[in-house]
Amino acid sequence: MAKIAVLDPRQWVGLHADYLYSYAVARLDDDEQAKDLVQETFLAALERTGQFMGNSSERTWLTAILKHKIIDVYRKRNSGLADRGPLGGQQQGEREPELEFFEAENGHWKEAYAPRTLGVEQADPLANKELKTILQRCLQKLPPLWFSVFTMKHMEEAATEMICEQLKLTPGNFWVIIHRAKLNLRACIQKAWM
Amino acid sequence: MGIIKKIQYNCREATYLIEKRQHVRLTIKERVHLLIHLSGCSVCRLFQRQSRMINRIVKTLFRDAAGEQRRLDENVKREMQEKINERLR
Repeated sequence: MAKIAVLDPRQWVGLHADYLYSYAVARLDDDEQAKDLVQETFLAALERTGQFMGNSSERTWLTAILKHKIIDVYRKRNSGLADRGPLGGQQQGEREPELEFFEAENGHWKEAYAPRTLGVEQADPLANKELKTILQRCLQKLPPLWFSVFTMKHMEEAATEMICEQLKLTPGNFWVIIHRAKLNLRACIQKAWM
Repeated sequence: MGIIKKIQYNCREATYLIEKRQHVRLTIKERVHLLIHLSGCSVCRLFQRQSRMINRIVKTLFRDAAGEQRRLDENVKREMQEKINERLR
């Protein structure tokens, strides 16, 4: 029973619940669902204590289980979109979202959407609390599929192939979504900032 | 419109390549297109700076989130631990 001595389930909640909860909230933007996933993670972990190899910390091991549950949620959130085309509900022949920002004939920025200097690029933007708050709000406005792709790519620098496989996207779709998500995020920040 | 002019006008393609470049190596053709475009387009150069800035902030957001800012209600935690303990019996 050496493995049980390394894993100490009677201390799990006290040691890791807040950490796992914060981890899930940041990626799901849904407090209730995050809470449920933490509970599920603990119970799933109990079933698998035999698989714990002791080569990572208890927390890392629990986080890996939680991460899989989060990806499952992403997949479920997006499965409803699957029959509406690979790009998250965009109908065939529907206006491409990029045309909000660019001229259809030559791809040039539309005057109203061209990036403008925010005045924070040079200073230390990472220390800027207000900018972080705005970015968080803008992230939440993204359509679910774009949010999932963007979050997965940035949260653990998940491999593109893994994201495409999990969310059933082609690499072409993947880059289009990364592009759209960034165009929207940037425009949203500019609007809120100026 | 000549091919160079087309590339110079195409901010849509340039911003797409700016995003892609932050994750993978571009093909030679893509790199040439982006180089030609960025050399003449200050707006897309600004987009690139802001895009990188956003990526950096997003990374810190997730790191901060891991810093135990959020706390679960103590009652919820007690229930969680009880459920675990039940299964240990």
